[in-house]
This record gives sequence, structure tokens and C-alpha cells, in this order.
Amino acid sequence: MKERIALLVNSEEYVVDVEPYWTLLDVLRREIGLTGTKKGCDSGDCGACTVLMDGKAVDSCLVLAVAAQGKSILTIEGLARDEKLHPLQEAFIEYGAIQCGYCTSGMILSAKALLDENPHPTEEEIRKGIAGNLCRCTGYAKIVEAISAVAEGK
Amino acid sequence: MRFQYLQPASLQEAFSLLAQHSPQAKVMAGGTDLLVAMKMQKLSPSVVIGLSQIPEMAGVAYDSSSKAIRIGALATHQEVSSSSAILEKFSHLAGAASLVGSRQVRNLGTTVGNICNASPSAETAPALLTVEAVVNIAGPTGTRQVAIGDFFTGPGRTVVGGDEIVTEVTIPDPEPNSAGAYIKLSPRRAMDLAVVGVAVFLSVRNGVCDKARVALGAVAPTPIRVPDAEAILSGEAVNDNLLEQAAQAAMKACRPISDVRSSAEYRREMVGVLVKRAIREALGRSRNQEGD
Repeated sequence: MKERIALLVNSEEYVVDVEPYWTLLDVLRREIGLTGTKKGCDSGDCGACTVLMDGKAVDSCLVLAVAAQGKSILTIEGLARDEKLHPLQEAFIEYGAIQCGYCTSGMILSAKALLDENPHPTEEEIRKGIAGNLCRCTGYAKIVEAISAVAEGK
Repeated sequence: MRFQYLQPASLQEAFSLLAQHSPQAKVMAGGTDLLVAMKMQKLSPSVVIGLSQIPEMAGVAYDSSSKAIRIGALATHQEVSSSSAILEKFSHLAGAASLVGSRQVRNLGTTVGNICNASPSAETAPALLTVEAVVNIAGPTGTRQVAIGDFFTGPGRTVVGGDEIVTEVTIPDPEPNSAGAYIKLSPRRAMDLAVVGVAVFLSVRNGVCDKARVALGAVAPTPIRVPDAEAILSGEAVNDNLLEQAAQAAMKACRPISDVRSSAEYRREMVGVLVKRAIREALGRSRNQEGD
């Protein structure tokens, strides 16, 4: 039976009716219409569905929507401010860290969580920080360069 | 995946829900194993009881009156791997927790859930086996304590009854000058299960190995301790000959299978190599502590 819940996504409250077994990922995409968060494996292996929940990177396919009540959720749509892209988004474009784009939302949110916690990571720390995000196009080098550039303020 | 999701606010409420819905109910902490098993239709409980609203099950804390670290059932791998008390006293356990899945999984998945799922390759199990961890299992009629060595009964099986819930794991203070090591062998450095996991924890007195504990993961139906290897090291000034004997004892004790990740023969060989490596690492660390 559906339950009415309120979710705080990108600082906006959304009231939605959800089945208890719906994941946060499905509710974000299908009920709220925020399709920037991607569904890849749907089992916590690929990281395409990464969002930040109270500042922590999580796979939204492994979170029940009902259990996300009361948490602050940040998706890729919440990063830009006043029509201006987030520095990580700018850097991903500038360094060619986007090819097909499917991993990009999750990759950028993992990178944001990493830089929020550790503003000046080593290359090894960056690689570890995005270890839960698969990319089949770039070979990761340009993604690591883009994240390093933001960390170094370039 | 279809189920009713219940979020009790207290342990008492959780027991009554469990009694009401068992055996169709499953208890969920982080959900990183259970949700995947349900999506793949390996499990299809009609009721899931989420523990996340039970405050006393959260967090990692050191209790100075009982001189023990308490890992609540809701403590995530991330909390365990970054807990200052665990890093200070049992860095090999923190290290093992930091190797589970990805950061996204470690922010959700719990260490207590990891042992309750009882995978033979459970990442945190070998380290917990080396530190005299005690599992607190609560039921409607009271709480019982089970040593981690008696907790696992087979792949995916533990001593936890259908009407019981694991509330926490406690770890008593180690002997002075103790240190450990955990080595995970896996083809990938992240997002992979261990082909072999080896944990060693030992204490040193006057340069001699005093008490030693050796445990293995992914090479038997359950994570196991190797008492024969421990006996070879205890009370000895460990040299290459004793290292080799301990490694042989571990190779003899393990019962690996061949599967998609590795052959049984390779697993057994690697147990020998990694047991020696882990003992050396742990010895080096404990001697440094004694030297300080």
C-alpha cells in the first residue's frame, strides 16, 4: 500500500506517494522527474545512481525512498547555482572527462563528497574516492585530471 | 521486489513485529546485501523490519567502564573504518572495513550486517575473529552473548534465531603491545570480494610473541581461526622457520573450494604466502609499540 512521504531534494520538499519497496533512485527519476541520476546495475556495483544523503555519497538504488525521509538529498540537478555550473561540472567539460555521460552524474557527486571531506586529495585518494563509479569510456585519466584541477583551484 | 516495510522505534517493538511476521520477515540494517538479494529474487520476504529508527543501535563507542569497544548494529563500515578507538586499538579491523565494496556501499552497509549475512568471505569477519569479539544477540526473553568464533555455522548461516536480533558487537581491550594486520587478496582493489582474507593479531613481550591469533576468510564454509598456527607462534621469538610452520598449519586448516574467483589450490597456496606476510606485518607493528 502506498504511503505519502516528503523528501528533501536539492533543498526543495517533494511530497510523493510511494510503495514501501520503491528505491530512492526510482522515486527520484519516475515520481519526481529528476532523471539526472542514472540507473545502471541497480545493485550497488556501478555507482551511476550516486547521490549525496546528508553529505555522504550513497548508491540511491540501495536506499528505500521511505527510509530517505528526513535526510537532505543532493542530486546532480542541485549542483548548479543561478544558471552557473558547479566547478566540478565545468572541469569535467573542460578536461574532456565526459564521453557518453552515463557515469557523469554519479562521478561528479562522488568527487564532490571526496573534496568536501578532503579538499586537497592525492591522485591515489581521488582514484579511491571514485572507485565505486564505473566509467566504460574515458579510462578514468581525464576524470582524475578534472577532479585534480578543481582541487588545485585551476 | 515487493514487501511491507516496518520501522520500529524500539527493540521491544522490533521483537513483537518479528514475532508477528516471522518467518516471512527479514531484519534490515544498512540493506546493501538484503536489497540486492531481494532484487535478484534470492530472497522474497513479505515484511522487512528496518532497524534504522532504533537509536541505541547506532554508532561506535568506547565504554571505559567495561573497557570495550561497542559496534552498534547500525554502525556503517565507514564509521568502523574511521573510528578513532578502532584505529588506535584494532587498525586491522578498521582496514578490513575500509576495503568493503565502495565508499557508497560503506556509507550504507553495516559491519554487524556483514557478519549476520555470514558470507564465507565476509570482509570484517577474520579481523573480528582475532580480537575476541562478542556478539550480543537479543531476543524477546533476554540477551545472550556469543563469542564470534561460535557465531558462524555455515555459508549464510549463524546461531541467530528467527525471533532474535543482533544488537551490537563488543571488543574488549587488547593486551599491551598488540597489533594486527589484515590482507585481502582480490584481483581488483575495490568493488571486489576477497579470494583469500587473512587477519593476524598478536602481542609482543620483550621482543617475543606472547599471544597470537590467526584467522582466515573465503577459504572454508565459514570464516575460521587457526589455533594450530597460533600455538606455533605463542611464546616464541618468531623466526623464518616458525613463520613457515605457521603458514603450513594454516594451509592445512583451510578447506577452500574452486569457484569463479579462484581454484582451491591457488587459494591454499595464497593462504601460506599471506599468513607469513600478515604475521611479519603485525609483529613489526607490535615491536614498534614495545620500542616506543
